[in-house]
Amino acid sequence: MHPPSKLSLENVSMTFQTKAGPFEALAPVDLVVEAGRFISLIGPSGCGKSTIFNIVAGLQPPTTGRVLIDGEDATGQIGRVGYMLQKDLLLPWRTVLDNVILGMEIQGMPAGQARDRARPYLARYGLGGFENQYPSALSGGMRQRAALLRTLLLKNDVVLLDEPFGALDAQTKAQMQEWLLKIWADFNKTVIFVTHDIDEAIYLSDEICVMGTRPGRVVERIETPLARPRPRSVVVEPTFVELKHYCLGLLDPGTEDKRLDAAA
Amino acid sequence: MIHAISQSIARFQPGAASRRGYRKLPSTPVWPAPVILSIQIGILVCIVAFWEIGARLGVIDAFFWSQPSAIWATAKIFFTTGSAFTDIAFTFRSTLLGFFFGTLIGSALGLSFWWSKNYAAVVQPFIICFESLPKLALAPLVVLVFGMGLSSKVAIAIALTVVVSTLTAYAGVKALDRDSERLFYSLGASRWQVFTKFVVPACLPWIISVLRINIGLALTGSIVGEFISSQYGLGRTILYAGQTYEIALVWVAVAVLSALSIAMYVAVSWLETWLRKGVVH
Repeated sequence: MHPPSKLSLENVSMTFQTKAGPFEALAPVDLVVEAGRFISLIGPSGCGKSTIFNIVAGLQPPTTGRVLIDGEDATGQIGRVGYMLQKDLLLPWRTVLDNVILGMEIQGMPAGQARDRARPYLARYGLGGFENQYPSALSGGMRQRAALLRTLLLKNDVVLLDEPFGALDAQTKAQMQEWLLKIWADFNKTVIFVTHDIDEAIYLSDEICVMGTRPGRVVERIETPLARPRPRSVVVEPTFVELKHYCLGLLDPGTEDKRLDAAA
Repeated sequence: MIHAISQSIARFQPGAASRRGYRKLPSTPVWPAPVILSIQIGILVCIVAFWEIGARLGVIDAFFWSQPSAIWATAKIFFTTGSAFTDIAFTFRSTLLGFFFGTLIGSALGLSFWWSKNYAAVVQPFIICFESLPKLALAPLVVLVFGMGLSSKVAIAIALTVVVSTLTAYAGVKALDRDSERLFYSLGASRWQVFTKFVVPACLPWIISVLRINIGLALTGSIVGEFISSQYGLGRTILYAGQTYEIALVWVAVAVLSALSIAMYVAVSWLETWLRKGVVH
């Protein structure tokens, strides 16, 4: 027997009842993620990425199916995974340090102990000297770092990142991507990453799930054949470009219509 | 048609523009602070002088309006042999208590609506009903129930302040960021943790914003309570002096009341600034 996978979705689907009748936001999805992997979900808006995240985080009960963490049923349980939303959502009345320990505090760790645990990480990951500042004093990139540390310092092994760098400028974004890879290697977490940015998905992940709309579904899962650590220049390597081209083809609605026509 | 076009062309001729003349950005010279202060003092001195002279010449009826010299003499008596300090302390105490408890109870009530949408929906019409009610009209009833002492004044002050606080705290609850709430729940937070670590601190700026309004309302409540029935207080002094035609004493008590009101307003403004520093960053 091999050990159970870190996270798996079994036949998970989501249907909303609207005035116009049932609306299938997410067609049944099966997804298995091994421990320590970095998986990206890419797809147009309305492809069910956020729905998957809400279901895995226990914020929304799925219409059908189960969510398993370490082989145990975790459907509808909150606090089982770290979830970072698009906005940093730092609390303006807490210092940077106290924002970072929020998750640990909620999971029951005494504040003093949580602060002691968090302080070295703040120093190591570029927030040194800002511990006692308030979030308003931070730049966009630093706010994202604080929000990410808040998520990564949880005891949970699985981390969901919902377009964490979507609002950053290109240069900051590139820095943050490298920073994320470094911190991911340090923390040994299993990461599910949602993005609109194909380059970002390929650069960061071990595996890419390309999703489609109407209904939201996983179209294809692609292994990224790039060795780590990946230099920035990897984006111009033929393998990268080829993969990007392939993903673009999957995401282009024109191709999709042609495939549907072919199926019909 | 052609005429209209030629007219609109004419309007854009440079000659037409300069004939019409362009405006300059309006600007007003700013007077230095001492100039403004001396003008203000000057106005005040003029009013007092006209009042005094008018009363002495008989142009102003000193029986109804009194006069500055008489008011000054009465003030000296009020503060030396009179009940000034007892009255000030009485009004001050009931105002502060009403302010404190009204704000506290109101804010707690407003925040409590976060716990249940159903409960909020059931209670809200009652709150709005109480808000629209002229609460001062209830003052005679409150005095009957709570007696002539301090408690009836505090009760009226609470009645005036509690609704404003409730509605403002509830507005804060309604403006809470849904995503932050989701973040807390995704971390596995209990409702109590969300309430203490998110709802209360996020609503504090709202609660703080009504403090200055509430101190004025609480003072009004106390004074009206004293008007209805009381043994002490500045409101009682004003009513008593009016009924016995001691108009000078009315003016003295009103002046003391304004001073008290200003002092409390300034103190609450400081409190607000201080709280904001601790709460809003």
